[in-house]
Amino acid sequence: MAAAAASPASLESAPRIWRLVAECGRSRARAGELRLPHGPVATPVFMPVGTQATMKGITAEQLDALGCRICLGNTYHLGLRPGPELIQKAQGLHGFMNWPHNLLTDSGGFQMVSLVSLSEVTEEGVRFRSPYDGDETLLSPERSVEIQNALGSDIIMQLDDVVSSTVTGPRVEEAMYRSIRWLDRCIAAHRRQDKQNLFAIIQGGLDADLRAACLEEMTKRDVPGFAIGGLSGGESKDQFWKMVALSTSRLPKDKPRYLMGVGYATDLVVCVALGCDMFDCVFPTRTARFGSALVPTGNLQLKKKQFQKDFRPIDPKCACPTCQKHSRAFLHALLHSDNTAALHHLTVHNIAYQLQLMGALRASIMEKRFPEFVRDFMDTI
Amino acid sequence: MKLSLTKVVNGCRLGKIKNLGKTGDHTMDIPGCLLYTKTGSAPHLTHHTLRSIHRLPAMAQLTLSSLAEYHEVLTEYKEGIGKFIGMPESLLYCSLHDPVSPCPAGYITNKSVSVWGVGGRVEMTASKFMAIQQALQPDWFQCLSDGEASCAEASSIKRARKSVDRSLLFLDHCLRLQEESEVLQKSTIIGVIEGGDVMEERLRSARETAKRPVGGFLLDGFQGNPTTLDARLNLLSAVTAELPEDKPRLICGVSQPDEVLECIERGVDLFESFFPYQVTERGGALTFSFDYHPNPEQTLLQQNGTQEEKQYVHQSKEMKTASDNQEVTSFEINLKEKKYQEDFDPLVRGCSCYCCKNHTRAYIHHLLVTNELLAGVLLMIHNFEHYFGFFHSVREALKSDRLPQLKELIRRQASGAWHTGLTSR
Repeated sequence: MAAAAASPASLESAPRIWRLVAECGRSRARAGELRLPHGPVATPVFMPVGTQATMKGITAEQLDALGCRICLGNTYHLGLRPGPELIQKAQGLHGFMNWPHNLLTDSGGFQMVSLVSLSEVTEEGVRFRSPYDGDETLLSPERSVEIQNALGSDIIMQLDDVVSSTVTGPRVEEAMYRSIRWLDRCIAAHRRQDKQNLFAIIQGGLDADLRAACLEEMTKRDVPGFAIGGLSGGESKDQFWKMVALSTSRLPKDKPRYLMGVGYATDLVVCVALGCDMFDCVFPTRTARFGSALVPTGNLQLKKKQFQKDFRPIDPKCACPTCQKHSRAFLHALLHSDNTAALHHLTVHNIAYQLQLMGALRASIMEKRFPEFVRDFMDTI
Repeated sequence: MKLSLTKVVNGCRLGKIKNLGKTGDHTMDIPGCLLYTKTGSAPHLTHHTLRSIHRLPAMAQLTLSSLAEYHEVLTEYKEGIGKFIGMPESLLYCSLHDPVSPCPAGYITNKSVSVWGVGGRVEMTASKFMAIQQALQPDWFQCLSDGEASCAEASSIKRARKSVDRSLLFLDHCLRLQEESEVLQKSTIIGVIEGGDVMEERLRSARETAKRPVGGFLLDGFQGNPTTLDARLNLLSAVTAELPEDKPRLICGVSQPDEVLECIERGVDLFESFFPYQVTERGGALTFSFDYHPNPEQTLLQQNGTQEEKQYVHQSKEMKTASDNQEVTSFEINLKEKKYQEDFDPLVRGCSCYCCKNHTRAYIHHLLVTNELLAGVLLMIHNFEHYFGFFHSVREALKSDRLPQLKELIRRQASGAWHTGLTSR
């Protein structure tokens, strides 16, 4: 099927928002720095997900103290509650949640996959039936950008036609080409190019040809950054790495690569090696709320009886407030109570774990010992 | 420890308790309150968020009901509950029960008292109780006592008498065990005044308990319903009159501002701070004023404000029933209400808590509507700060002989309907 007529509704030379600081040389790993309206961000970076204008139980101040300089908000949720008009009145999402650093909002498209029973995709956009009041809304590329313009996030994502990576057949191709057309519509609709950076999202599922076609077309558009989408959703690891590697091999070197929905430590390490710069995932914060603490060897299910008398911190090498002050035994007891503080202690630690991991990866790249770091890491896990 | 009274005004005691804690260098102001905790942690709050609160009480309240089942763990830990929960600097008071969760009746015997934790019932004889306290090593602890004859339901004289007898027996037994324990030399036993609503028994309990070498007194079981309020306040006065002046008087189950003032006037020094927690749990923010400084314009504004709030509260009371049988009070606003959706003011103008300095009513409303955990965190921060500010103002008012103004201000804001604590259960 022919690509959409290649008249990219392009931006005038998009700002270069990312600069290279160091390269590995023995892998595709890069250390860099994003320059965004709300401050610089060192890459590779893990971005915690604060879906509804909150990082779950931790305050903006706690998140700042952990060193987080960019986190996510979700357009689908915020578009419904409290809605873009209210957020605009509150000085944008930054003002509404009082977050002084950077925000990235996704387009709302992922919910197509996760809430598919409530949605219907057409060329126009995605029709959702609101789970809260049953009202129907159409999320079109234009509407998504409009909402994200109101939210005022530093990085906004195009609306893409997302299909689960386990889907095969013509739907994957349809979604890929549609995503290109939707990218152009997003670019055309974007009203705040000076303040908000619109990223494209490479689709194509697990089909190398489709992905390559998507890469070829989308990279013709001079957007400030590219995301790799449609992965981390149930495909085999083998196929996953292949698609990531293919994508990074064809994406411009001087623009950031954002791998969406990836957050398991091993995946982060491998994908940094493959040349990705930015990651987001609900996993660390979600698993915290189930009582699971992330450690270099995997995770600790702190509710389990084995931790009842374990007076060590979660990780003696971790510098986070939770590990500085509390033992596994105390957290175990607190997790068995109805005091939500238990969850917050773990959320703080898990975010710290992710950020510390990225920091360590970055340092190893800058100090030219990235492959050694990866080896040590894989031995420990 | 040493309790020094600065002054006594109309029955209200203003002063300091000095030489507290293991190192003997902590001080507490009275009247004051204790930091409410659940399983050794302020509700919703980590150390980071807790320490942002101004005027944090020097002493935190732990509940045996939440900690008794960790006896073995703490024994092995050896270093005491303060260090275990990450509050090694704080003074700690261990009460038997959690004031927010009532415990089932009918489980007290001549030999044992039971508390309920997540794992179920923990039955404690005096020996077991003291063994647990050895593992906890709190600064103060409520002695094992029989609190079943409270004022909440009319107690038979027989039952009231039994509560006094048993509690004295437990006290004597625990005191003997304390003598034999090196570890517990640094912990202070708080004697518990029982006796239900029977004056004679209350007086007996007070006099007898006062004879023992306890470090302070807990006034137990003074909760009840509004119709018996006067009688219970009367009882309270009579009891405190029997107690030595140089030892602190704590009361349990009383935490609302108007009730706190009534008790302070009747010689009570220390209170639990679970009321701000209850308000938090129903999505409320404390907004009552405790600024008693005479300022005609301000007073007028306050009056008008109070009127409006009162009207509104009466309207909404019909519609709302807060959870766990607590009625929404006039001391608070309910952030779940739609009217706060676009309210970009802080919870309370002029409040210096983290929440008011950084967030708006609209944001809290959003967090509540979307069931986000941060709502509880931010509201708890504000509600604790507001509440501790109230206690500070009580002390200031006493210092400058302005308590009647403060009392009037609080009285005007108090709702006329059901409360918990002193006036219902």
